[in-house]
Amino acid sequence: MSTHSEQESLEPAATLWRDGRPVYDRGDTICVIGAGASGLAAIKNLKEYGFGVDCYERETGVGGAWNWRHDRSPVYASTHLVSSRPLTEFPDFPMPDTWPDYPHHSLLLSYLERYADHFDLRPHIWFGTEVVRVEPADGERWDVTTRSTGGYGAERTSRYAAVVVANGHNWAPKMPAYEGLDEFRGQVIHASAYKDATQVRGKRVLVVGAGNSGCDIAVEAGQQAARCWHSIRRGYWYLPKYAFGRPADQVGHAAAALRLPLWLRQWLFHRALKLTVGDLTRFGLPRPDHRVYETHPIVNSQLVHYIGHGAITPVPDVARFTRTGVVLTDGREIEPDLVVLATGYLPRFEFLAPEILGTDAAGRPSLHLNMFPRRHPTLAVAGLLQPDAGLFPLVHWQAVMIARWLRLRELAPERARSFAARIAADTGERWNSAKVKESTRHWFEVGHVEYLRAVQRTLDELEVAA
Amino acid sequence: MSGRSGRTRIIRTPEWTRPVPAVRREVLTASPEADEGKPPLLFVPGFGHGAWAFAENWLDHAASRAFPAYAVSLRGHGGSGAAPTATLRAYAHDVVQVAVSLPRQAVLVGHGAGALVVAYALARYPARAGVLVAPVFGGWGTFGAALRRNPAGTVPAVVGGALRLRRRQLFSRELPDAVAQTYTERLGRASTRAQWQLLIHRAPEPPVGKPPILVVGSPDDRVVPASALTRTARRYGVAPLLFPGMGHDLMLDARWREPIDAILDWLDKDLVG
Ligand SMILES: Cc1cc2nc3c(=O)[nH]c(=O)nc-3n(C[C@H](O)[C@H](O)[C@H](O)COP(=O)(O)OP(=O)(O)OC[C@H]3O[C@@H](n4cnc5c(N)ncnc54)[C@H](O)[C@@H]3O)c2cc1C
Ligand SMILES: NC(=O)c1ccc[n+]([C@@H]2O[C@H](COP(=O)([O-])OP(=O)(O)OC[C@H]3O[C@@H](n4cnc5c(N)ncnc54)[C@H](OP(=O)(O)O)[C@@H]3O)[C@@H](O)[C@H]2O)c1
Repeated sequence: MSTHSEQESLEPAATLWRDGRPVYDRGDTICVIGAGASGLAAIKNLKEYGFGVDCYERETGVGGAWNWRHDRSPVYASTHLVSSRPLTEFPDFPMPDTWPDYPHHSLLLSYLERYADHFDLRPHIWFGTEVVRVEPADGERWDVTTRSTGGYGAERTSRYAAVVVANGHNWAPKMPAYEGLDEFRGQVIHASAYKDATQVRGKRVLVVGAGNSGCDIAVEAGQQAARCWHSIRRGYWYLPKYAFGRPADQVGHAAAALRLPLWLRQWLFHRALKLTVGDLTRFGLPRPDHRVYETHPIVNSQLVHYIGHGAITPVPDVARFTRTGVVLTDGREIEPDLVVLATGYLPRFEFLAPEILGTDAAGRPSLHLNMFPRRHPTLAVAGLLQPDAGLFPLVHWQAVMIARWLRLRELAPERARSFAARIAADTGERWNSAKVKESTRHWFEVGHVEYLRAVQRTLDELEVAA
Repeated sequence: MSGRSGRTRIIRTPEWTRPVPAVRREVLTASPEADEGKPPLLFVPGFGHGAWAFAENWLDHAASRAFPAYAVSLRGHGGSGAAPTATLRAYAHDVVQVAVSLPRQAVLVGHGAGALVVAYALARYPARAGVLVAPVFGGWGTFGAALRRNPAGTVPAVVGGALRLRRRQLFSRELPDAVAQTYTERLGRASTRAQWQLLIHRAPEPPVGKPPILVVGSPDDRVVPASALTRTARRYGVAPLLFPGMGHDLMLDARWREPIDAILDWLDKDLVG
């Protein structure tokens, strides 16, 4: 690991200026923001293509979300993967085949640490350093301003040839506003503050939201709490972790790769669920208002089990809070001691002016392949995807795509121009054959097969002969 | 075809839906006295051979020149777990699993059909470099040559028996008969499926991460004809490095030191120097 003072002493004095402040010229070096899975994949692949890389990471270690030591890590003690090992690992750095189908989060951290060591990535990472501003500079370059995490210490600006934003999208809680919330005397936390079952043991707990976080936490509360209500604002499909004796995502992938039409896959999936999980409305759950694949998959074999055992009571959406309890949309009132808002996370790019990513009023950037902004060819976002499979394979190829793209710009400017024109003309394709449910979370949901097919075309197009 | 050209396919349905099962893998090791930061070498034996074939001479020699050296026995070979139905994909999986478990990015060195396995592994793991020693890339030409030179050892393989290599195919006359005899007695066999796949397989995808490739062989190899050696080298846009007078098993033959020194010199120059 390097320290900032080391870097300073090695560097020549700044020769560039911005608004009266010095800017350190990093030449052809590329800046990567974040050393989670996406940032590590970016460093590794850019390095492999011969680029110099500086990565800034505001935490003190690698692993991002999977590093439970980090304050902003969203993982709780019982987190296991929801995507199975072969569909989750990096394509060029498989996890040990002796690991379980769905490894524990601590294994994921050790995996990412080994990846960083194996490919010697740590010397490129400035830990404890937060990126506070990324601004366009002359010649399609970027001024990146950093400071020590926590805000103390001086700011420092360096100029880079390109920037890869890999800051993750599962750390800024999405907090719903409720009437009466201020008066409520019970405890309210977001799922990101949920760490282990001691927090719910013996309490009356209301879990709001049925993403994977909400379902995992409801299952834990179902076992440990005195009472568990699970509030959901729509009916969902609860996919088991295993189907036909295989991890369910492997079965789903096989169907998608066979190019079975979506309606047929949905029909088959509905049939299979009907025959195994059964009709959930008999537990008082609403009928799903959408077909499978139209919301981000919930993979949880235990939720239905605990509902069936009476340990979890499904309830509708929250209408408002009172001093002592919660009023539900069906008029019922319940009195939880603890409310866990498992309402998801919001992507945030505070260090970038919104117009750079083409961000709309609802905070959604407009990016070609969920990566490339329309008018800034030397900026790319990595990992802004919600796939129906593991994220790492997709992020790996995103990183390769960025590396090839930046090389193509140098070696074949003519071909690069035609690709740039296509980025600029993108009409906002979504890479998902299912019509995803309009919701705050689904605008970056992708079908991994559809997405990878598009990535394959782009990779082939960007390849420069050796 | 394969080598530098061809395309990396990123949707990997067989690998994602039918992952290769775990197996116990024998890995033999020789460590240098001091870590000079040189990349680890992972040696991959060909069909019938186990990690022992490298432990005999090359591992210690590589370690004496400061390269951490490892050799794996492919499943069903040497001290690794049984695998009577293993495929080439399973063998390549074994190589990649061991490579990623090493502390640093490794150089893959494959011998014989192990070189083909390494070619598959190079398409899945960004090695520091790839070295193909007396590579058997299979196909019908190789089969024809094997039939002509060693009908008794080759014909049984066609009906599912073991492919048997004769002493004089593997070693030069410089290696004493008794030694050659003990080596051939240690030979095992690859699975019947893998033997067939040696004849009929999809060409490996190009190596990922553009590693430098070295092809090493002997013009007097009685398993790999000189033309096949040149053809393999050409796939990777290189010329083979030749050691006349040696048999197919360059790591066990009497003059084993020459090829390994040449390989290590090349690595020192290309990667370390
Ligand atoms: C509970 C949970 C379970 C999950 N399970 C799965 C699963 O089963 N399979 C799967 O594929 N995915 C899963 N995910 C998704 C998970 O987010 C990804 O696997 C992966 O961790 C995303 O990596 P990332 O690098 O994009 O983001 P992160 O891991 O969030 O990393 C981003 C990094 O950027 C750093 N950073 C952010 N802003 C700045 C800044 N301004 N300056 C410097 N550094 C900065 C952060 O500190 C962090 O280290 C799960 C997520 C959660 C919350
Ligand atoms: N075990 C695991 O591997 C695991 C565990 C947890 C999370 N994850 C992953 O992490 C990511 C985030 O998951 P998440 O579960 O935290 O969030 P999420 O997927 O965004 O789910 C949020 C849930 O809260 C609901 N919700 C949102 N706003 C609401 C509001 N204002 N009022 C009521 N309900 C509201 C959503 O309903 P709508 O359906 O209407 O949107 C949805 O059910 C996902 O990619 C997920 O797969 C994985």
